[in-house]
Amino acid sequence: MIQEFKKIWKQYAITMLWLLGLLWPLLGIHPDGTLSFKQTVNVWSYIFAGTFICFIFYIINKSGNFEFFTKPVVNTSQKLGDIVQAMPSWIWKSALLIGAIIYPILTGRYPTDVVINVLLYICLGLGLYVVVGLAGMLDLGHIAFYGVGAYTYAILNVQYGIGFWVCFPLAGLTACIAGCIVGYPTLRMRGDYLAIVTLGFGEIVRIILNNWMSLTNGPNGILGVKTIGILRPVMENGLTFEIFWVKKLEYFYYFALALAILTIIAVTRINFSRIGRALEAIREDETAAELMGVNTFYYKLLAYAMGAVFAGFAGALFAARMKFVSPESFTFLESVMVLSMVVLGGMSSIPGIILGVIALIVLPEVFRELESYRMLVFGLTMIIMMLFRPSGLIAAKRKKMMETKS
Amino acid sequence: MDSFIQQLINGITLGGIYALIALGYTMVYGVIQLINFAHGEFFAAGGYVGVIFLSFFTGLGYMETHPILCLTASFALAMMYCAYLAIGVEKIAYKPLRKEARLAALLSALGVSIFLSNGLMLTQGVYDKAYPSELFQGGFSFGIITIGYLQVLIVCLTGALLVALNLLVFKTKIGMAMRATAQDKTMSALVAIGSNKIISLTFGIGAGLAAAAGIMVGLYYGSVRYDMGFLPGIKAFSAAVLGGIGNITGAMLGGLIIGMVEIFGAGYISGEYKDVFAFIILIGVLYFKPTGIMGENIDDTRV
Repeated sequence: MIQEFKKIWKQYAITMLWLLGLLWPLLGIHPDGTLSFKQTVNVWSYIFAGTFICFIFYIINKSGNFEFFTKPVVNTSQKLGDIVQAMPSWIWKSALLIGAIIYPILTGRYPTDVVINVLLYICLGLGLYVVVGLAGMLDLGHIAFYGVGAYTYAILNVQYGIGFWVCFPLAGLTACIAGCIVGYPTLRMRGDYLAIVTLGFGEIVRIILNNWMSLTNGPNGILGVKTIGILRPVMENGLTFEIFWVKKLEYFYYFALALAILTIIAVTRINFSRIGRALEAIREDETAAELMGVNTFYYKLLAYAMGAVFAGFAGALFAARMKFVSPESFTFLESVMVLSMVVLGGMSSIPGIILGVIALIVLPEVFRELESYRMLVFGLTMIIMMLFRPSGLIAAKRKKMMETKS
Repeated sequence: MDSFIQQLINGITLGGIYALIALGYTMVYGVIQLINFAHGEFFAAGGYVGVIFLSFFTGLGYMETHPILCLTASFALAMMYCAYLAIGVEKIAYKPLRKEARLAALLSALGVSIFLSNGLMLTQGVYDKAYPSELFQGGFSFGIITIGYLQVLIVCLTGALLVALNLLVFKTKIGMAMRATAQDKTMSALVAIGSNKIISLTFGIGAGLAAAAGIMVGLYYGSVRYDMGFLPGIKAFSAAVLGGIGNITGAMLGGLIIGMVEIFGAGYISGEYKDVFAFIILIGVLYFKPTGIMGENIDDTRV
């Protein structure tokens, strides 16, 4: 076991020594002219212990000594998968739906709040999925459209007093227009350049939100955005309607749930439609797709605009829920967070993205005291996923389906 | 007119700093066709290590007796540190992905960038870290125009580093090997150029230049911050694209132009939107002339 993995052991040892060399100047050199080693060695030994355990597991797994454990697990999961496949899909779908509906009744305010967050990020993540997962365009400015949607609702509501239900489609529309404006000049580029340019556009949107004092109130943000209002029939003196403001978080949850379900349905339909196939063709080989008669520019723009629309809807809901918007919520790091959700879950599978969102929203809430390490772990997750499992936690199912059908 | 000349001087100072960062992007892109998102973090790390060593020397009391020596040592140590950091990053996060899809390498680079900036935050604190500021106060003044000693230092040092890099790349055997690797990895491997070593070297040199820029920015603005690498990183990337990515002279020129545009834009158009100009140039260049000012023809895979 030692002999086989000699090379890996050596690399691991070099990496850890290298890390020690990197850590020491940051932790051990003090401005008062003293040098210390204790803190560095402390931090380093924690990292060493953690990685060592992972490393041992990795080696045992590689050399096949875990088979007594993994084999039954794989078998049972396969059996379970078969059972689930054999069941008609409406059974587990309706079970999930019922679970989602009774969730806020069973739990308290705080878990509901977290899940509303999850639902909003599912909309964002699925919007990004259309762009990154289907069309293969790396978009680092996706959060800008979320911001456009949120600000559309906030400005229209606070300055002109327009209600949510008028603003909601308008938010999607403005986000769509913004997406087309951004997409039209940029989508001729490919790969890395596109990533940088979308990043640039995202930053431009944030800077504009930050500096256009007369419209957006700058860094102070817009306060006092009204929540969703619905007409409720009242049975006094005949049938009249009164406006009911959705103030309670539990009620709000259902709107977020509805939007998330709509988004999931819409994106699933896109995925398995002609558009989805065209986008996948573009992702695999743009030149070949163009030769096969796919209007690549049109489809790329369409994908970009669709992603923006979902983000815009989610943004309007976000503004209604927070009752406050400020440029702080739409920074580059948020874009990265959405992107890492998509990457973690599997860039081209919808259940994977939902899983990724849940993992990246709920886990930080559970480990609240490790809050400051959150972004560090995000970055690390991204690297590790790319190194060991580039297709994400749940890989795309399309290939399998094609095989069984033909 | 006076203010114009003053702005010009400020623009050259800033442009030189951008040029130093842009070189790292362009060299790495030239060799392995990867946008090294983490490059801005090398720049920030350089600034931090610079302030660590400078204040260490101040604490020891050497700063008063041998200021030039201490400054040189800090520059050298910070550049070495960042080269060391960059080589490690390349080996862990980029090398295994060299044959994979480009999206994977790009995402990995993004992850490295987030990881490094948060690592800096966790080890050095969230707040600004101040440089020892009693260095280089004052300057020459001609009428209304003032040229700080610091600006002179920055411009001279930048110039020296750029000349040194040009000599290295175009006059030495190592430089020849680097250019050969950039052109064709397989062929250069056939003539016994170890591409892994050359790639490590390229990362190291690029990060070293970025670290020098980081210390200069720290000295110029008086403090460093853990997330300071992000914006200059993007602007320097714009500079590299403007000059034609993969082209070293182009990156220097592009850096100067971006610096000038930013200073003049802030001075004459709007100070609040000064960060936008670089992005607009980037988008404009990519739209109208993706090869940049001095770029060669680039094939389908690059744009």
